[in-house]
Amino acid sequence: MIAISRRQVLLSGVFLWLFAVVGTTLVALTEYSTSAAIVENERQLLLRNLYALLPMNRLDNDIATDTLELPASTLLGTDDDSTVYRARLRGEPVAAIFNSIAPDGYNGKIHLLVGVYIDGSLAGVRVVKHAETPGLGDAVEIRKSSWIEDFAGKSLTNPSQDRWRVKRDGGDFDQFTGATITPRAVVAAVRNTLLYYQQNADMIFDQ
Amino acid sequence: MTTNSDTTKGKISRNGLWDSNVALVQLLGLCPLLAVTSTVVNGIGLGIATLITLVLSNTIVSLIRGFVRSEVRLPVFVLIIASLVTIIELSMQALFYDLYLVLGIFIPLIVTNCAIIGRAEGFASRNPAGPAALDGLMMGLGFLFVLAVLGGMREIIGFGTLFANAELMFGEGAQALTFEPNPDYGGFLLAVLPPGAFFGLAILIAAKNWFDLRPQEKTEVISAVAESV
Repeated sequence: MIAISRRQVLLSGVFLWLFAVVGTTLVALTEYSTSAAIVENERQLLLRNLYALLPMNRLDNDIATDTLELPASTLLGTDDDSTVYRARLRGEPVAAIFNSIAPDGYNGKIHLLVGVYIDGSLAGVRVVKHAETPGLGDAVEIRKSSWIEDFAGKSLTNPSQDRWRVKRDGGDFDQFTGATITPRAVVAAVRNTLLYYQQNADMIFDQ
Repeated sequence: MTTNSDTTKGKISRNGLWDSNVALVQLLGLCPLLAVTSTVVNGIGLGIATLITLVLSNTIVSLIRGFVRSEVRLPVFVLIIASLVTIIELSMQALFYDLYLVLGIFIPLIVTNCAIIGRAEGFASRNPAGPAALDGLMMGLGFLFVLAVLGGMREIIGFGTLFANAELMFGEGAQALTFEPNPDYGGFLLAVLPPGAFFGLAILIAAKNWFDLRPQEKTEVISAVAESV
């Protein structure tokens, strides 16, 4: 066994430190040069999702920044603050787009964007994040099937509240072959979001 | 194994692509391999990211092999690989955002791909930059090849398509690449789920072994015949 001298230990330490400095500097430089593009990409994705729910000619405000933080709510399925996006046309409120969560998906939470017009009817619903079974539950994704488009135009009176279920539970909404839990969770979450809107509409557009 | 025969270009290529294929022989990097190969495009995406990391990390490790003291070499390798992967992840987020949304959570996993530190320690730290870069390229290509084939198998059996979502990686023009022989195909869920990845990889490994062993059996038969005569 060769004894390692104090000098060698010090050299190794300095060498490792130098590498840490160089590596961190490179990462920091990359972060600096890409951050603007990344923020813009995220914003474009958000706008793409929001405009998918609401025809562009229905609003003229910057919906991505006209937002309000809502406190955690069981109706929205949120454990934490969530953002609501507000659409306006010539200053008048048109619709609100909620980030709501169906907590009881087959495989955890299903994150939704739910657009509600000022009169309480649905502009549309999109799934933004989920971990449902590929090929079965993932038919709630717009890329996989058009099921989610059926929500547009629905409200708490159309169909009546007790019909806001999947057909197997005696409601109006289709389930998928082999997957009832996922659509059941999404239908309940959308209904709850409408209820939340009904109770909080004034507060959402007031501020 | 002698070092001489290991560092000729042909031998390096043959090792990386086939004889010591990362996925089929060394069985390294299985976590990302099994997780992302539900489609060809996902497989190719992660394959390219891994390939770039391997080439760069091998080259850098080889260039600094003269200075690195052996006591700190592993932390230094890890540092190099982690920095590279973070840089690749950020660049991908800036340049190929849609693909990043699909592969995002798997990119940091490249750091944990043992194949990369394995090549840094086992090859790059003992060889000049040229062969080290070539080794990274060939090992990366071998890995990419398995990712793409496994992705293709699972996609065509599971979804009935090939090259779906190619536009995420190659731009809008690539949408035409998507190949769907029978639009009425209902899909076969098992192939898409994690077990399908294990079955698929097992079939690929078995096929490779069968292919490699075949000529030997032949020569054995011939020698057996020769002996009996």
